[in-house]
Amino acid sequence: MLEEPVVHGVEWTVKELFVYPNEFIYWSIQIVMYPYMTGLVAGAFVLSSLYHVFGQKDLKEIARFSLVFSLALLPVAAMPLLLHLQQPTRAMEPLLTPHFTSAIAAFGIVFTTYALIVLSEIWFVYRKYFVEQVHALKGKAGLSNAMTRTVYRVLTIGAYDVGDDAIRIDKKAATVLAAIGIPVACFLHGYAGFIFGSVKANALWMSPLMPVIFIMSAVVSGIALCMLTYIVIMEWKAFWRRRRGGVEEAGEIKGVEVDVISKASRYLIGFLVAAITLEMLDLIFRGYTAMKSWDILRSVMYGKDFLNIFVLQYTLGNLVPFFLLILPRRTLWRTVIALFLVLFGVFMMRWNVVIGGQAFSLSFSGYMHYEIPVIPHSLETFKEGVFGALMVIATPFFLFWIINKFVPSLRRDTEGS
Amino acid sequence: MKLHVLRPLWVAIGLVGLILVSRQFLVPDDFGVHGRNFTYGYHRLSNIQEWKDFPVKHRGREFCVECHEENVSKLNASVHAPVECENCHGPAVNHPDDQENLVLDTTRGLCLRCHAWLDYPNSARGDLVSIEDKRHRRRRECIECHNPHDPREEEE
Amino acid sequence: MTCSRRDFLKNTVGSSLVSALPLSAFTLISSAEAAAALDEAKVRWAFLVDTTACVGCGMCVKACKNENEIPYDAPVTRTWVERYVMTKDGKTHIDSPLGGRDGFIDDKIRDEEIDPADIDKAFFVPKLCNQCENPACVQVCPVGATYQTNDGVVLIDREWCIGCGYCIMACPYGVRFFHPEAKVADKCNFCYHRISKGMDPACVESCAFGARRIANLEDPDDPVANIIRTERVAVLKDEYGTKPHVFYLGLDAGVR
Repeated sequence: MLEEPVVHGVEWTVKELFVYPNEFIYWSIQIVMYPYMTGLVAGAFVLSSLYHVFGQKDLKEIARFSLVFSLALLPVAAMPLLLHLQQPTRAMEPLLTPHFTSAIAAFGIVFTTYALIVLSEIWFVYRKYFVEQVHALKGKAGLSNAMTRTVYRVLTIGAYDVGDDAIRIDKKAATVLAAIGIPVACFLHGYAGFIFGSVKANALWMSPLMPVIFIMSAVVSGIALCMLTYIVIMEWKAFWRRRRGGVEEAGEIKGVEVDVISKASRYLIGFLVAAITLEMLDLIFRGYTAMKSWDILRSVMYGKDFLNIFVLQYTLGNLVPFFLLILPRRTLWRTVIALFLVLFGVFMMRWNVVIGGQAFSLSFSGYMHYEIPVIPHSLETFKEGVFGALMVIATPFFLFWIINKFVPSLRRDTEGS
Repeated sequence: MKLHVLRPLWVAIGLVGLILVSRQFLVPDDFGVHGRNFTYGYHRLSNIQEWKDFPVKHRGREFCVECHEENVSKLNASVHAPVECENCHGPAVNHPDDQENLVLDTTRGLCLRCHAWLDYPNSARGDLVSIEDKRHRRRRECIECHNPHDPREEEE
Repeated sequence: MTCSRRDFLKNTVGSSLVSALPLSAFTLISSAEAAAALDEAKVRWAFLVDTTACVGCGMCVKACKNENEIPYDAPVTRTWVERYVMTKDGKTHIDSPLGGRDGFIDDKIRDEEIDPADIDKAFFVPKLCNQCENPACVQVCPVGATYQTNDGVVLIDREWCIGCGYCIMACPYGVRFFHPEAKVADKCNFCYHRISKGMDPACVESCAFGARRIANLEDPDDPVANIIRTERVAVLKDEYGTKPHVFYLGLDAGVR
């Protein structure tokens, strides 16, 4: 099918006043999704490491879950980039000829390193379980059993020693990896912030604070998503078990453990405060120094994007959940609402950075508006539209569902069996 | 006791090895630092020649004069001498070998690019002979009265 | 040398001495010869824009699009012409419809009528890639698909570009775009295929007013390079530290 040559960006960019002819919103919704998903990965891993490294015992349940969930999120951090590339078949080139003066060049390497760390840590945590499964499935009839067993055999990578010494080594290795993983996770995401912060041509992006702001909001969103997913899944399970098992079993099988949620939300609040503080510092500094670009930045921030920045991001996404979490007599429902708002707030922050940074012309004499394609009528309007973004959001849950079939991160009794 | 702890490491090293080996096959041989340093000169060398071989389309007046000497010398003697033939006649490319007639633009719009009056002080536009588009023979093409190869011809 | 001869010609043509010149003066030395001479000599390409000479006819944009195979009706372009109209109320009206491809015929700016009596000054400014000494776009390319040649021109490898758009974001001048057909980053390269054969870039050749000229800064006899050396020239957006190599005569402080 021959398509009319389409200029990338024309379909969703509306120009106002004077904008250079070649300027369009080249980085659209997928580039909003990229730091958002990367942030969730980093945040989920940091949450799991709080237990593994710093021995926060009350985080134990959510820690295993968030470790596996961060694995499910991992491929999804790269997915928006693939969807965004004009030449997706050349996606491996940053690994082949990395040009290290570019902030993007290291993505492949950092990403792969991080993926290997997460995978190894999961391997050490669940190796015993893999070995047990291989033994348990031995001799069982049926093709599916044989296939499942083969998967587990591959997963053990041939290490079947589950003696006390070996398990102790496993635990130690997992701790070490979690410790290494924290700086790598922060690097992975801080560096996503550097991609933006180092663009000197863009008045809104260029800031040395950008990587730190990105890390903080990443941890916030990661913790929030893990808590939220954990609450939803556990409540769902408890609900079904209560229906099946009747009243007496319901007492035993609780849903969410309140302690876990309290502890996790305390970390959430801490990182949230840090994130807001840094963003405010950045904003105040820009206004105070009032460089050449401030006139147009101010008109974007206090004018055109006021709703997005001050109402949706700061008020609804930061302030409201902050009070919802901090005020006494917190209920599970209130927590869930707060977590949703936090996730929304971080998404709006990414949006306001990526789209907001392209809301004004490099000429400082005009504006660009982003009209996100809703109903796709071509591959490009699908990829860089609402449905492309929804696909990216849905994928980690689907992946988690698959991974969880082999790596039961939600079982409480794996340790004991 | 076997050091099972290192097994993931072997997998990782295997993966890195795989990337390094595939680099040998997938990266063009002439890829490297060719310019002044890694920051500005890291590229595939043969791409420079590829750009040099990009086809030329505008051949210039010295190409046109080979066949159209009369028109070119007329133009050269006129006030339109600085205007290239291909500005109006379109790029020659391989004319006349593969294209007998060029895409000649004879529209009023082409002339108006220079000769539509804009009241701009300090601009070179004001020095040109101009018309007010809305007043000057609105529905006629310029070439009906003026010869672009020698615009003064009719006035004499 | 060859390019300087053409420039010399342009100027003489302008002053109507041309009728006295024999036609043979228009013949170039063979392109192979010129290319060989250029390979050996040290070259640093630069560009000179005389904003006082530009009349906003947009012939350069038209020629550039045809020469460099940029889809004619696509709103992206390797070079463009901006119109500035500064009025007595302190406002600056700027436009560049279709990059100035069809020239500036109407005195309305974005459908806004401007009373000529209110105009303090008005002028045209051609823009193109600055072939910076420190190109930010090259620095940020993750795969080495864009680079600076030894003669100072920044090129893009269409076979290797992954189309991430980082270079487009990094250019402070907004000269880069995605080529609608090649689906890779694209921008002006001073018509590298022409200048390496001793020809002028298409925009320079098509400019009847000498507003656009190409220079070899390493050539002490290059008349355009001499103008850059001896006259008061300015560059765009000096503050980014990119060291642009498109020089402007008569550049107004209000030019963005």
